Amino acid sequence: MDADKGLKNNIQDSKVLLVIPCYNEESNVLSLYESIQKALPFAGMVVDVLFIDDCSNDKTRDVLIENDMPHIALAVNLGIGGAVQTGIKYASQYNYDWVIQMDGDGQHPAEELSIFFETAIMQNPDLIIGSRFLEKMGFQSTRLRRTGIGFFRALIRRLTGVAVTDPTSGFRMLGRKTIERACEYYPDEYPEPEILLDCLLRGFKVREIPVEMKERQGGISSIRSFFQVYYMMKVSLSMFFQYLRFRLNN
Amino acid sequence: MEFTLELLSVSITLVLLFIVFRLILKGRLRAEYSIIWILCSAVLMIFSLWREGLDIIAGFLGIYYPPALLFLGAILATVVFLLHLSVVSSKFQNQIKDLTQEMGILKKKLEELGKGENEK
Repeated sequence: MDADKGLKNNIQDSKVLLVIPCYNEESNVLSLYESIQKALPFAGMVVDVLFIDDCSNDKTRDVLIENDMPHIALAVNLGIGGAVQTGIKYASQYNYDWVIQMDGDGQHPAEELSIFFETAIMQNPDLIIGSRFLEKMGFQSTRLRRTGIGFFRALIRRLTGVAVTDPTSGFRMLGRKTIERACEYYPDEYPEPEILLDCLLRGFKVREIPVEMKERQGGISSIRSFFQVYYMMKVSLSMFFQYLRFRLNN
Repeated sequence: MEFTLELLSVSITLVLLFIVFRLILKGRLRAEYSIIWILCSAVLMIFSLWREGLDIIAGFLGIYYPPALLFLGAILATVVFLLHLSVVSSKFQNQIKDLTQEMGILKKKLEELGKGENEK
């Protein structure tokens, strides 16, 4: 089975969809698109880019259309999770082997993509998480956010016994199994720790790789920067029920 | 005095029933949501006409002030109905999300088809 996969990687290129959710990112999307094109191609991978405009109030959509960037424009604002899931559903319908999600605000540099591709080819995991804490390079986030990240790290370790250094990282790569699962289940806001827990509970192969992140490049930060405590409570509660549901069903 | 009170509660119940029926007839209230309102009206009607009933049940439950039983019932019914509405709105939110995503993907497919046509 695994040998088949390896063979496939050698003979035929894997199809990768780069899903980039953006909400009010008119000043970031074009430079991001250009930096992605500079970082490609990568041997063994056919990479398509797909921006998801989550019903922005600014000119994001116009920028996407004017520059002929491949995108899906949502008619209603769905939140980051709903936007990413749109891309994942698209990938599932068009039989992509991998989905990479990266934020539209320039936090996730395109130069780091090659490490994802390499890890995918070499190890073939179900979920690859780009961690800014594995080698402590680049922007290390604010103190408040680091506290929140530490909390989720401890919670996931308590529930699954697995140590993940950056459970809230939105820079990740999903394999086929995770893509199919994420089509069914993907929370609307702050989805990263919940999806990670879901994958770990299901026994999916999760790998972390060191990446360098930047401070966001411009535009107005999404709602995720505010209401930290509210989201921590909401996500913890939802993770608790997810764990309970899994325990009751298995 | 007793009779006036009975008349008042019966007419309030009738007005409530009338409004519910009218809303269903005009298609502004789905039949499944109207069940709870019809049941509520029925309970109100029973106790409007059979006033000793309230005293008997309250006495049986050890409630000293019988109208308090009515309040208890009303509050419980409200809480249950609000919970039901939260469930309904969660369902709607999911459906809207699925529809929006499906629509976005279809729009993209349509654009791609359009591009293909132009090139031919």
